[in-house]
Formats: sequence, C-alpha cells, structure tokens
Amino acid sequence: MEKWYLMTVVVLIGLTVRWTVSLNSYSGAGKPPMFGDYEAQRHWQEITFNLPVKQWAKFINPDWIALHTSRGYESQAHKLFMRTTVLIADLLIYIPAVVLYCCCLKEISTKKKIANALCILLYPGLILIDYGHFQYNSVSLGFALWGVLGISCDCDLLGSLAFCLAINYKQMELYHALPFFCFLLGKCFKKGLKGKGFVLLVKLACIVVASFVLCWLPFFTEREQTLQVLRRLFPVDRGLFEDKVANIWCSFNVFLKIKDILPRHIQLIMSFCSTFLSLLPACIKLILQPSSKGFKFTLVSCALSFFLFSFQVHEKSILLVSLPVCLVLSEIPFMSTWFLLVSTFSMLPLLLKDELLMPSVVTTMAFFIACVTSFSIFEKTSEEELQLKSFSISVRKYLPCFTFLSRIIQYLFLISVITMVLLTLMTVTLDPPQKLPDLFSVLVCFVSCLNFLFFLVYFNIIIMWDSKSGRNQKKIS
Amino acid sequence: MAALTIATGTGNWFSALALGVTLLKCLLIPTYSHSTDFEVHRNWLAITHSLPISQWYYEATSEWTLDYPPFFAWFEYILSHVAKYFDQEMLNVHNLNYSSSRTLLFQRFSVIFMDVLFVYAVRECCKCIDGKKVGKELTEKPKFILSVLLLWNFGLLIVDHIHFQYNGFLFGLMLLSIARLFQKRHMEGAFLFAVLLHFKHIYLYVAPAYGVYLLRSYCFTANKPDGSIRWKSFSFVRVISLGLVVFLVSALSLGPFLALNQLPQVFSRLFPFKRGLCHAYWAPNFWALYNALDKVLSVIGLKLKFLDPNNIPKASMTSGLVQQFQHTVLPSVTPLATLICTLIAILPSIFCLWFKPQGPRGFLRCLTLCALSSFMFGWHVHEKAILLAILPMSLLSVGKAGDASIFLILTTTGHYSLFPLLFTAPELPIKILLMLLFTIYSISSLKTLFRKEKPLFNWMETFYLLGLGPLEVCCEFVFPFTSWKVKYPFIPLLLTSVYCAVGITYAWFKLYVSVLIDSAIGKTKKQ
Repeated sequence: MEKWYLMTVVVLIGLTVRWTVSLNSYSGAGKPPMFGDYEAQRHWQEITFNLPVKQWAKFINPDWIALHTSRGYESQAHKLFMRTTVLIADLLIYIPAVVLYCCCLKEISTKKKIANALCILLYPGLILIDYGHFQYNSVSLGFALWGVLGISCDCDLLGSLAFCLAINYKQMELYHALPFFCFLLGKCFKKGLKGKGFVLLVKLACIVVASFVLCWLPFFTEREQTLQVLRRLFPVDRGLFEDKVANIWCSFNVFLKIKDILPRHIQLIMSFCSTFLSLLPACIKLILQPSSKGFKFTLVSCALSFFLFSFQVHEKSILLVSLPVCLVLSEIPFMSTWFLLVSTFSMLPLLLKDELLMPSVVTTMAFFIACVTSFSIFEKTSEEELQLKSFSISVRKYLPCFTFLSRIIQYLFLISVITMVLLTLMTVTLDPPQKLPDLFSVLVCFVSCLNFLFFLVYFNIIIMWDSKSGRNQKKIS
Repeated sequence: MAALTIATGTGNWFSALALGVTLLKCLLIPTYSHSTDFEVHRNWLAITHSLPISQWYYEATSEWTLDYPPFFAWFEYILSHVAKYFDQEMLNVHNLNYSSSRTLLFQRFSVIFMDVLFVYAVRECCKCIDGKKVGKELTEKPKFILSVLLLWNFGLLIVDHIHFQYNGFLFGLMLLSIARLFQKRHMEGAFLFAVLLHFKHIYLYVAPAYGVYLLRSYCFTANKPDGSIRWKSFSFVRVISLGLVVFLVSALSLGPFLALNQLPQVFSRLFPFKRGLCHAYWAPNFWALYNALDKVLSVIGLKLKFLDPNNIPKASMTSGLVQQFQHTVLPSVTPLATLICTLIAILPSIFCLWFKPQGPRGFLRCLTLCALSSFMFGWHVHEKAILLAILPMSLLSVGKAGDASIFLILTTTGHYSLFPLLFTAPELPIKILLMLLFTIYSISSLKTLFRKEKPLFNWMETFYLLGLGPLEVCCEFVFPFTSWKVKYPFIPLLLTSVYCAVGITYAWFKLYVSVLIDSAIGKTKKQ
C-alpha cells in the first residue's frame, strides 16, 4: 500500500506508548507475600523451565526448595527482561495482525486504514494490562485476531488453526469459540452439506482435533493429569465471582446477596442458562446467514454475554470483548469509542491498585483524541451511522413519534462520560466512608455494568435488524 | 455534539498534534530520573528560593552553581513558589541530590507546562511559511509537516523530557522572534531575542545574524533597485529604538547585579573558560575530528618511533574528565583560537546577509549558519547545542528541496549524536523507537513533498545515513560483550562522535555552498 511509512510511524507510536507504560509499576510491585500477576508469570516461567512436562500441572507443593529461592524475585534487570518479552510477543503476534487487518478493510481510504490502526494500537485497556499490570494477553488476542482475519478472508483452515492456538494459550478465548463455530458451520451449510460444505466441515474438524492433540499431547500421559489440568483451567469451585467485577452477578449482589443465599450448583445452572439464552439469537442468526460483518458483531455480543453472565469472570476478561469492538471501529466509530472508554474505566480499581493512574489517564486521553480526530465521531451520530436505521423504521411502524433515537443516544453518552469522570475523580481524591470501604469499586462496577447491558442490547439489535433490511430490500428489488 | 467538538478542540489537526505530544511527554515522566541536570535545576530552585539576590551568583554549596543569566534565575524563583506546594524539602540548599516522587512530578510538569510557549511559537511559524502546495491531502501540506517536525522533534523530546532541561520554551522564544521578523514586526522580534539572551546566553551564537539583519533590513528602510544598500535611507529613529529596547532589557536583567557590584562574578559564572576544549563526550564538531586526527597521528607516530612515549601527557582526552589537556602531535587549541575560527567561519554568511539581503529567508539561513559554525568551532560545546541549528533549519526544510536534503542529513546525524546522553537500559528502546519514528517520518514526508524534483540524497549520503544503524548496533549491543570494553571503554563514544562529526561537517559545508551560490545568483530576489 502507499503510505507504508505512515503505517510504520503508527506502529512505532504504538510501541513507544507500550514501552513507556511498562516503565511504571507492575502488579504486586514490592508487595510480599502475594505479589501479583508479575510474580505469577515469573513463577510459571520458573515451573516450566525447571520441571519436566509431567509435573507442570501437579505442582502444588510449595516446599520445593530448588525453585523456592527465586520466589518473589524482583530486580531492575529482571523487570527489564520481563517487559521486553511482552514487547517482543506483542510485536511478533498482535501488532502484525492489527496492521494486516486494517490493510484488508474494504471500502475505506488508505488514510482511514492507517487511522484505524492507530486507534486500535492505542486502545488503553490492553496496553495497561499487558505492560502495566503485566500479562501476556496480546499473544492470545493476537492469535484470535489472526483467526478472525483468516476466516474473514476465506482462509478457513488457517484461521481455525490460529484460533485453536489462541484457545490453547489462554482458555478465556473460549468466549469467542461459539461465533467461530457458528460462522464456520454456517459457511458449511451455505456451501451445501452434500458437497463442498461437508468436505470443509471434515477438514475443519481435523485441523481442530489435530491442533488440540498436539498441544495437549504431553499432558495426556495420565488421566489424572488431564483432569488436574482441567480443574486448574476451569475453577468452578471458586464461586460465582471473585472480588469486584462489572458483571450482572456482582451488581445483583449489591442488592441481594445471591452469592451467599443460593447453593453452588444453582448458581452454576443460573449462570449457564442466562449466558446461553442471551447469546442464542445472534448465534442462530450467524448459522443461518453467515457474513463477515455478522461474524464480527456476533463475536462482540457473545463475548459480552459471557462477560456479563458467566461464572468466575475477572475484570480483565473485558479485553475479550474489546478486541472484537476494535474490529468494528471503522463501522460504528461513535459507539465503539464509547464502549472502549467504558471498558478501560471498568478496570479502574485494578489499575489504581497497581498505581497506574497517570498512564491510565494519559493513554485514555490519547485514545480519545485519536478516535475523535480520525473518525470525527461526533459527526457520525445519525441513525444511519449508528446502523439503527432499520430498527427505528420498524419501531416507527408502531410508534410514529420515535424520531429522537440518536438524540437520546448522544445524551446517554454525555451522561456516561460525565459519570465516569466524576467517579474517577472521587476514587482518586476522596476516602470512602468507614462503613462501606469498597464503595467506589462497587460504584465503578455498577455503572460499568449498566453501560455494558446497554451495549449488549444495542449490539444484539444491530445483529437482528441487519438481515431484515437485507431481506426487505431483496423482496422489493 | 458540535459544541462538544469545539469544546474539546480536537477537530483541529494542530491541537491534536500538540495534545498528542503533550500526552507523550506525560508518559515520559518516570524515565531516567537521575540525570545531573535534574539536580542542577533543583539546586537552582533552592538557591533562588532560600537565598537573597546578592548570594545567588556566589552560592557554591553544590557543584552545580548558577551559570545562566539573571532572567533564568528569576524564572526559577517564580517556579520555586509553586514548588513549595509540592515538596518543601527540595528547596533546601543543603539537600544535595534530593529527589522524591513529588519533586520529580513537579519538575517534569513544569517543563511540560512551559512548552505551551513553544506550541504557540510553532503555530506562529506555520502561519509564516508558504511552501509549495503539492496535494490537497492534509499530511502533504508544508504546514502539517513543519508542525510535526517541530512539535515532535526527537532532540527536544529527549533532552527536555528525559534528560531534563528547559529548552522548550527557550526555543519557543527564538522561534517566536523569528516568526515576528517574518511578519515584519521587527521591534517585537528584537525584544523577544533580547529577552531570550538573558535567559540563556548560548543564543549569543546567533546574535550576529540578528544584529546584522536588523541593522541592514530594518534600519535601512529602502534598497537601491539592484538590491545594494542605500545609505541615505538610514533611519536614526529605528536604530535608537532598537538600541533602547536592548538596553532596557539588559538593564532589567543585569541592573540589580550592577548595583551590587557583582558583574565580574556573574560573567565569570556565565563564561567558565576553565573547562576543556571538549566536553567529556566530544560534541561532533570540528574539534572532535581534530582530536581524532591527533590521536591517530600519535598512534602512528608511536608505532613508527617518531615520538617518544615519555613526552605524551598522561591525561587522555578520552578519559571522561573535563580538564584542560594538550594535544600530542597537532598544536593545542586555546579559547582565543576557537573564537577566531568561529568568527572567520561566520563572516562569509554575515557578508551575504549584509550585501545581498534576501529578506527573512536569507536571515534564517544566516542564522542557521551562525549556529552551525559556532557549533563547529566553539569552545567547550555541548552536543545539545546542535538543536540550535536543527530547529531553525526545520523552517527552511519545507521550502526548498536542497534545504530539505541538508536538513535531513543534519538532523539525523545530530539526533543520533544525542544518543550517549541516555545510557541506561530502560531508556534504550525509547530512544531507538523515537529516533526511528522521527527519522522515518521526516525523510518520507519531505520526500513526498518534493517528489517532483530530483531525489533528495545521492548514493553516498544514503550509504552514510544507513551506516548509523550498524553503528548503533555495534556500540550498544555488540561492544559491551567484547573484551575491549574493559581496555578501551571510550571507543563507542569516540566512534559516535567522529562519525557524526563527519555528517555534520558535510551538512555545514553544503549549506554554506548553497547560501553563497544563491546570493551570487540572485540579484533581484523578492523579499
């Protein structure tokens, strides 16, 4: 593409912002004995380096002397090493996926493609968690993005392979698994289950099974071990939620202590049912009418359903929703920017715990400015721009005066932003009252949850009403 | 929503660029917080806050004595009154090397805040230039390119916001005075420059250009048709008013110290000639090449037994100490010698400015040449002084292809020569990333701007610039793991210095040639 140099500049800006954020404190810095995610990652390096594969999952005994001495190891050189590994992983996996994705966008000028890449690379949530708090999310998200890219460009096999790698890297990617499955199934049906479609189905099944077997082979030696791994990956014993997270159950808990009232298995069933009920319409739609656009929007709504209703959700899981939203940034810039701002805000208590206030504020402002300048989002708030035209037409059949939808949405945006800014200020400057020490974290989660519910409804509306206009147009023509 | 856009002010690309770089500066706050300059400025805050004026230039508890002119001291005094709300302890003169997180925050924010003046000056400069209009695209407009080259200048970012200095607003004053001269508001320009001189006297490097230009183009109100001087148009009023402005500013600055009979002490602090010809790390100027040649000759001389090993002074110039030393083979250099060399070097450009003035553009080229010549031949030049030449040259670079080519060579080598300022590991990726960012953007955007003319670089220049990459890899990644690190620890610095000196000398030479040729050709240039 022409203007490759501008894309290089954008990537360099992204890398610079990442490294400067990493110069700050990290999760659990100087806080023995628990430390935090930084120590967790180091510990996992310790285990995988020192122990044979057989014993990776069996490591429960904390009295392993040979490895014990490096517990809580913190030094400048080591910090530099850890940060560099995150940067290199990002550079190799996530950033090329983003660049390639933006280059493959259709019907957009080069300038908009580069601006899109800039906004995605500047998304604060991922930067702060990976480089501030310290994790390796960019690897799994990068692989998932390669998966999306592959499938959107009709390289279904490579796309599925990439996505399997993503799941095997981090089991959270299962949030995205259903849309992948439905889209590919829909493609197979479309091609005809008697002919090409069946062949495709078989090929995909083989790839998926093969990649899983390859990754898990070392752990299949004993049944005990496999079960142990599964138990570690899916800790259903830990309860409906832990700490404060912006999902339904935590917000419900404010009013009604369901965590304590209901027995464990009822909670499991409740969570399971509500999750699947909320994502079912979109998935069925995707199977029946597979399209690239529908695929991306279904990724959003599925991941969001999982986040809101699932079991043992962490606040960092919002990143799994943010990635698909970044992908639709070019189609609905206003709503996507709004969502990404809220997603960063929802992690505020975590970021404050890691003393990342300054980087959070700075990166959020930078992201906001980038989006506003690149997409002129405030001029794109009409019904058509918000992809709500068909929906409002349908509603107007019953309520002719329903013309003020975009106005309502603009006001909601304003209220949301003001609330977020106020809450941030309050959390930073004021002390919570003694009787309610978690007041601000709970308020942050509650407000974020309300926002997320609104977005869930919005994205589902887009998905469901998208086809109707398509079908109507086909009937007319 | 429209109101929100206006309120956030981000519909405008200039504001977006300025805000973007400001946010980047905020992210750079936790970097490299132990530079000496950080302690220097903390010390000056303490001195100006705690001691009476009569003590300011005598105080010597810390080794970092006050060596800037009085206006800067007053500036630190005003800052110190804000500082006391952040951390009272930093204002104690005896708290040497004191640094708390609040001190760091205050110092960094003060630099970021003062850069507002720089942003304003860049805005004014963008209004003045009227480069070619290549395409309708925003990113191809000269104004856009110039704004990025100035606002996101790599040298300023790392010197001000990582290493810690206050160059931002000082260069803002200089650029503003240049802009005022372009806009024919000469009195304001002169006033701003006079104020600037009393903030940091390094700008004396470019004072001859200002003096000659104002005298020639402002005090002589008209020219003869062939462009030469019309003596009868001399305006006494203008000369006197200029003189008055300069005199008043100087009186305001130096007056109190004159009254206290401290002028000699002030001057001895401002011009410390006891320091050596070169800084610990040689600035990449002519003397670096001179030193290198001396070293090479002495090594050859020793090998060929022309020199007696006992005659060679023990203090090596590369030992990293700031002393006065002797050269072994070539004649030693005195401060007077450097002054004469500098004067000889700037004379041709001054003559061009006097005899064949070409309006503000000619003035700008002369200014750049003065800054560059002083950098080349000055006494105890710091490598940061290359910014004095780079920033004005940015204004020229979006005008002509020839200037753009010289600018790119100067700026790439100049910026690379700043690398040894940041020698800690966490800052290594930052300086490489920012350097790549600036270099790639500047080269590509200027190439796009002048794509209809001949290519900007010939093969030699391209080769030289590409050679910076391997040089960096050798010095920072390969060398520390070789056995030479213990025996010859100064080699990376020496290599960097000499390699950049070649590039900067070449750029200086090329600029001179282009200025002389232009003034020889152009007899009826428009102002």
